Amino acid sequence: MTGRIFSVVGGMFLLTVCSKGAAPAREPGAPPAVTTTETSAAGGTITGKIKFTGTAPRNPAIDMSEEAACKSKYKTTPTEENVVAGPANALANVFVYVKSGLPAGQTYPAPTTPVVIDQDGCRYHPHVFGIQVGQPLEIRNSDPVLHNIKAVAKQNRPFNISQPTAGMKTSRTFSAAEVMVNLQCNVHGWMHSFLGVRPDPFYAVSGADGSFTITGLPPGTYTIEAWHEKFGTQTATVTIAGTETKTANLTFAAH
Amino acid sequence: MISALVLVTLLVTQDTTAGKVVYTKWCAGCHGDQGAGDGAAAKHMMPPPRDFTGALYQIRSTASGNLPTDADLMRSIDEGLHGTAMPGWKARLSDRERRDVLAYIKTFSTFFADTTLRPQPLQFGGAPSGGTGDEALRVGRQFFDSIGCRKCHGDLGRGDGPSSPTLKDDAGHPIFAADLHQNWLFNGGGSAEDIYHRLRTGLDGTPMPSFSDLIDQKFLTETELWRLAQYVRSLSPAEPPAVRDVIHAPLIGRALPHAPDDSAWAAVDAYWFPLVGQVIRKGRWFAPAVTGVSVQAVHTADSIALRVTWDDRSASPDTAWLGHVGRVFASLEQDEATVEQPALWPDQIAVQFPVTIPTGMERPYFLMGSSSAPVYQWRWVSTERAAAAAGLARGLERFDPVSNPGVGAQAVFDRGQWRVVFTRALASPDTASQLPFRTGRAIPVAFFAWDGSNGEHGTRMAISTWYFLALDEPVPARVFISPVLAMMLTLGLGMLVVWRAQQKTSFRRQQ
Repeated sequence: MTGRIFSVVGGMFLLTVCSKGAAPAREPGAPPAVTTTETSAAGGTITGKIKFTGTAPRNPAIDMSEEAACKSKYKTTPTEENVVAGPANALANVFVYVKSGLPAGQTYPAPTTPVVIDQDGCRYHPHVFGIQVGQPLEIRNSDPVLHNIKAVAKQNRPFNISQPTAGMKTSRTFSAAEVMVNLQCNVHGWMHSFLGVRPDPFYAVSGADGSFTITGLPPGTYTIEAWHEKFGTQTATVTIAGTETKTANLTFAAH
Repeated sequence: MISALVLVTLLVTQDTTAGKVVYTKWCAGCHGDQGAGDGAAAKHMMPPPRDFTGALYQIRSTASGNLPTDADLMRSIDEGLHGTAMPGWKARLSDRERRDVLAYIKTFSTFFADTTLRPQPLQFGGAPSGGTGDEALRVGRQFFDSIGCRKCHGDLGRGDGPSSPTLKDDAGHPIFAADLHQNWLFNGGGSAEDIYHRLRTGLDGTPMPSFSDLIDQKFLTETELWRLAQYVRSLSPAEPPAVRDVIHAPLIGRALPHAPDDSAWAAVDAYWFPLVGQVIRKGRWFAPAVTGVSVQAVHTADSIALRVTWDDRSASPDTAWLGHVGRVFASLEQDEATVEQPALWPDQIAVQFPVTIPTGMERPYFLMGSSSAPVYQWRWVSTERAAAAAGLARGLERFDPVSNPGVGAQAVFDRGQWRVVFTRALASPDTASQLPFRTGRAIPVAFFAWDGSNGEHGTRMAISTWYFLALDEPVPARVFISPVLAMMLTLGLGMLVVWRAQQKTSFRRQQ
């Protein structure tokens, strides 16, 4: 999950996942190339690093012997991605979002550019990501095996659809803010992905070095919350005045 | 005109206040006062009662993720959900009561108040004809394989696919992939049409997804999905198996079929006996995995063979199912003082007889006898496949094996099914404790089954009541000769009558 940074600028959330053809050597565990486009420097920025104390639990190995088509995509035994740690206890796959402090009544139009989740090598890519209310989620299957995609949600309508063949694409939207919606495959019990649904574009996911950046914030005092699938949540308060960049480092305790 | 309008309005109005009264009386015990599926009885149910607060329903006519229509909800209220503890209410509650309670149930979730989520039924179309023909079933089977049904439901559809041990519902409760050979237990009904609807809508809240996108994206046609539904339907019998009380064991003129897959078994009548959880004595068991056993029996002049066949998702012990056992234990209330940890238990089957054939109507206590009146049992355990124990059970807790059981066993596990053959001499090795089998007598028999991969052992098991086993007597020669004699006599008498009549006619002519 190196260098996965969701850059959010001026209400635009743009994520471009390279097609497999453009990156033929990519192993499914490796992240797709991400192009970030900064269209405006307006507003303030919150950036920081996510770390953890203690010892990260080992990610269990995945037994893909039932799915030769997936297993063959890996050179070494794939593992789950419950805790993805970087150098110096950096913590990746943390969803960071502005929990409160945005101007009341302000609405943010949903981008029409879809967010893409791909099932490749019997794992979800990305593993943790964000989407805006109303923004299309494009679900792709790059595996020639049956996957079902079940969204387990409380604020949104849960659904459960199937993609038995490679090349299928399904689009879905979410109608309410929810941190997090759990996407899971019941055919492959190890497949989980977590989707933060937000009414605004002010969120990011920490990269392999633990860093995250939220941009385009109007002046104000914000509570930001960081969510991790195993370690729970951490919050910080940050005040933004003008176009400055504030740093908020958050630390989880491994357990 | 106005009064007619008022009447119509009254009839269609759903009264949530009246609905609450009905709900509190009839529904809250399982579904909970606040509709959260947490009523007093909920911890004794597998699957658990519906939690209405999420407005997540399995049985719908709408696309996955959509709310059910009122008609969908009414169907579940009216007919209940087969294979679960939810009964049908059509005969118990009035139309008005059912409509009111439906309206009240919808108040538990804010989703129903959201006008943007108004449910629209899918357009299903009718079943293509020829659904029971070979070609239709071939096409259906092809899609069964190609869209991955076997992943959960298994190669032969017995719910034993590679993913089946890991399945959970949205609340994390364990859930079985349906055994497709038992359509009478399908939650939403067992017809080909029901199955097709479930394929289209999915069973929301469970691992069963919707396959509608496949049609939308032209990966298969509606007809092909219908063929799949028709194939799945074909796996179950035309009618749910009827329970017949007496197992007839014919006398066979060949060697006893010791092997479970001996071809002789194909010609022997099979008797189905439903099993239920042992909820009489502690520790009770509310989630038995074995829904019933199919039993066949034959005998020769000196021996008996009894084949017990039952569907079981795994040949226990199986480490793949340990997580499932943990989820079962976490979901169900245990009535023992100590909370048990998941472990690797074997599968077991027990066949129970009285110690002697009763002369009157009285039989020993069906639940493994008692200390004063024991029962004679054959017991087979999956860890010792080619052996069986015999002994005396004196209640649930005590089983005393006999030293010279004289009972043989052979077993086969085949893609979600056990087939076990017990054999024994008709004559008893010890008439004091081991039943001698005699022809022409109704011998009480009962069955017990344990699925180790479902956490079953000891008192946690599936049980039946007493039924009967009858060893057919050899048919005496007079049975065959008598009809022939009767026919000859009838023919002779008839001819005599005709002859006499002809005599009289010729006599008159001569006059």
